[in-house]
Amino acid sequence: MITEQEIWKGLELVKDPEIPTLSMVDMGIITKVEVRGESSVFVEMTPTFTGCPAIKMMEGMVADRLKEMGITQVEVVTTFDKPWDSNKLTERGLMCLKKHGLAPPVKHSGEVTMELLEHTECPFCGSKNTEMKSPFGPTLCRSMHYCNDCLQAFEGFKPVV
Amino acid sequence: MNTTAIKELLYKMADDLLIIGHRNSEWTGLGPILEEDIAFSSMAQDKIGQSQALFQLLHELGEQEPDIVAFTRNAKQFHNAQFVELPNGDYDFSLMRHFLYDVADQLRFEMLANSSYEPLAKVARKIKGELKYHVFHANTWIVKLGSANEESKARMQTALNDAWNYALGLFEEGDFENDLKNEGVFAGEVALKQLWLETITPTLTKATLTIPHVNTWEPKLGGRQGIHTEHLEPLVEEMSEVFRVDPSAEW
Repeated sequence: MITEQEIWKGLELVKDPEIPTLSMVDMGIITKVEVRGESSVFVEMTPTFTGCPAIKMMEGMVADRLKEMGITQVEVVTTFDKPWDSNKLTERGLMCLKKHGLAPPVKHSGEVTMELLEHTECPFCGSKNTEMKSPFGPTLCRSMHYCNDCLQAFEGFKPVV
Repeated sequence: MNTTAIKELLYKMADDLLIIGHRNSEWTGLGPILEEDIAFSSMAQDKIGQSQALFQLLHELGEQEPDIVAFTRNAKQFHNAQFVELPNGDYDFSLMRHFLYDVADQLRFEMLANSSYEPLAKVARKIKGELKYHVFHANTWIVKLGSANEESKARMQTALNDAWNYALGLFEEGDFENDLKNEGVFAGEVALKQLWLETITPTLTKATLTIPHVNTWEPKLGGRQGIHTEHLEPLVEEMSEVFRVDPSAEW
């Protein structure tokens, strides 16, 4: 019988539809995997933002991957039982964001302030001489910044509690 | 637990979010600068998503599917406060409404994060984190424009005066305030209003803006009972136009 570990491993191949370097596992949005029988698996997910338009699509991608792995009975549900926050991104997830040109969210201790975003580290040159242009960006999870050293605009992945 | 009371609470919050979300979306493509266009569009997406989560809770309590509830009712069946249905007006009014509404909503969801009704508490814990960014945005602009130059200050003060009584209407009490309080579901509109006043005052002071004198306060009530301004009906019609073309379509 397939193990829970093997399922987690297999799901690492499912990437975020908008950030193709980042897997959903590293993103921290898969909150539970349960092997329920010979070929039956239950997966629980949670969205980064309540209004995330990609969540249905992501459910489908997880289900497709499990079927590819030979699981015939697949159940994927989305809940707010264990809500996502940006500290749930794995170390590898943070690296993937940077590789994609997105400033990773700084670790928070249960509270997010404007100051936390003000001098986000530039993902291109590493400078902290940056300023936030807007707490909103092209998707709900991103903010917009400008680096005063390498003179580039860049996006950041927002810290969320 | 009193399900009718919980439904009433969920309906008014979901309708506020849906209608303000629609108003926010009307800035898409028209914002005064690109960043602001994106900000209002993002907040629209957040609010409509949050309303959907609340409609989903209602569905779990036996109401119809979220899309059906959102797009097939007529204006009189909406429970939003009149404040959120008012037209966007100029950017000064939109920003002022955004500030007054979002601070209230953030406080509301912070209170509800400890609700004894666990399905709502779970959603509230998620939403309150998202609203932080809405309030950051609002605070920044209120302080910036309130203290920039004479014209901006005058416009923000006028917007505050125009918005005020409608904003007070957000805290219209329902028939079940005591049930909700006694059962630990929600601490009630009076408590929320008090907290809201305490929270907005320092920001408005920093912005050198003045809250209208208490003798002039006349909350615009009725929205929670389906009494609306003439602005809601055309909004609902436009919002549901595509859905009504083919309600069975798969999106």
